[in-house]
Amino acid sequence: MKEYGVFDILGPVMVGPSSSHTAGAARLGKIASEISGGGFYKVEFHLHGSFAKTYKGHGTDKALVAGILGYSPSDEELRDSFQLAKDKGILFEFIETEMEYAHPNTAKIVFKYKDRPDFYITGSSIGGGSIIITDIDGDEVEFTGEYPTIILKYKDQKGMISKISSILANHEINIATMKVSRDGDNATMFCEIDTPIEENVVEEIKNIKEITRAKFIL
Amino acid sequence: MFNKGSELLDLCNKENKKISDIVIEKEMKLSNSSLEEVIGIMKETFKVMEKSATEALNKEVRSVSGLTGGNAKKVEEYRNSRKTLSGVFINSAMSKALSTSEVNASMGKVCAAPTAGASGILPSAILSAKEKLESDDDTTIRGLFVAAGIGEIVAKNATVSGAEGGCQAECGVAAAMAAAGIVEMAGGTPQMSLDAAGFALINIMGLVCDPIAGLVEYPCSLRNASGVVNALISADMAMAEVESLVPFDEVVEALYKVGKALPESLRETALGGIAATPTGKELSRRLFS
Repeated sequence: MKEYGVFDILGPVMVGPSSSHTAGAARLGKIASEISGGGFYKVEFHLHGSFAKTYKGHGTDKALVAGILGYSPSDEELRDSFQLAKDKGILFEFIETEMEYAHPNTAKIVFKYKDRPDFYITGSSIGGGSIIITDIDGDEVEFTGEYPTIILKYKDQKGMISKISSILANHEINIATMKVSRDGDNATMFCEIDTPIEENVVEEIKNIKEITRAKFIL
Repeated sequence: MFNKGSELLDLCNKENKKISDIVIEKEMKLSNSSLEEVIGIMKETFKVMEKSATEALNKEVRSVSGLTGGNAKKVEEYRNSRKTLSGVFINSAMSKALSTSEVNASMGKVCAAPTAGASGILPSAILSAKEKLESDDDTTIRGLFVAAGIGEIVAKNATVSGAEGGCQAECGVAAAMAAAGIVEMAGGTPQMSLDAAGFALINIMGLVCDPIAGLVEYPCSLRNASGVVNALISADMAMAEVESLVPFDEVVEALYKVGKALPESLRETALGGIAATPTGKELSRRLFS
């Protein structure tokens, strides 16, 4: 039996009208934008299922755009996000699509850059404002963004997991979940931790020479 | 800790405490927070509720889709200026519930209680009771903790999702939470709070979720208005010492079973009920064409 707290029932405090279509969409956009690292000039939102059918009436479109600008589900700026994006010179487009075997409230968010290839993130709003990220630029993943998350790509070799977990342990950071996958010589690690990490720990992890790419969603 | 209404009652009786005491203690333990922290978050939550329940009373607030809006202001003006059938108090409670619903549909800020679609009921019930009973701030905040405790029990043993249990699981549960909360505010016993919550669920058992075009607007806002009235009369029945024949936990179980028995067309799919009327379908077609 899942344990509920008082503010699971009286909450979230959110901009309406729908926890799954508005609050979840804003959260999805925000986390996707954090993973992308910014610097994009345009974003395409490919919407599937109920998202595709009802996005205008639920303000899913405004919530997604607010999310990629860094706003949270409770920020009243959600309502005016189109203008805010325009002011920042960020273009956006909504495309209705069909995705196989996807949750009814799924969006594929494609970030476009002037100086490098597109980068995309797929995720679903699974109810009550909660989300799940299922794909990061071709890597199948499964994380909720409720915990601080570290995403690392590195050349696969012995001892990498131990190196990273030692750094975390030395700074008394507890690992909640860890998933490692491999594609040829390259490995990807998703690690959810219990507490946010300081800048010096980020640097220490980034300094591991085998690591080719590191993202921290804190 | 408690999972059921009966366990909550036992704790209250054994320790000679109010429901709010038990819920607050559990929350402090669960979130590892101090009393001040827990009360502080609830006060902030209540501020959001107060604002949403009054924002659309004096100005017309329209939904993002354009389908609905302005009804909170209409009811507020009506109760201020004309002889009403159900009285100033009831009309005022309805206008406050409509206000939060309209703010929600306009992409304004609300507190889901237990969901965004049913977010108008609890704030209006608590504010109405506070006004009527002239409750102090502590008593009012405690009313919200009682409501949350009832919501936790339903969420654990049944559901608070319209897609799973129909509107009875959203507006029905919101009314049950509110009824229990305002009974404690009115000085009722823990047993009376649970009876009031049970009455509120019994009154609307079987209520379907059938939003036009799938939007959280119509009939949702109407059911927030009727939901707060349900909460108020359920609380009054319990305060009058009307006793529930069927214990609260059994009512919750019945609610869950009824929800499961509802066809999918009546569980937030916009395929049945009011959504599937010729007018409902035409409005949907116009909105999405």
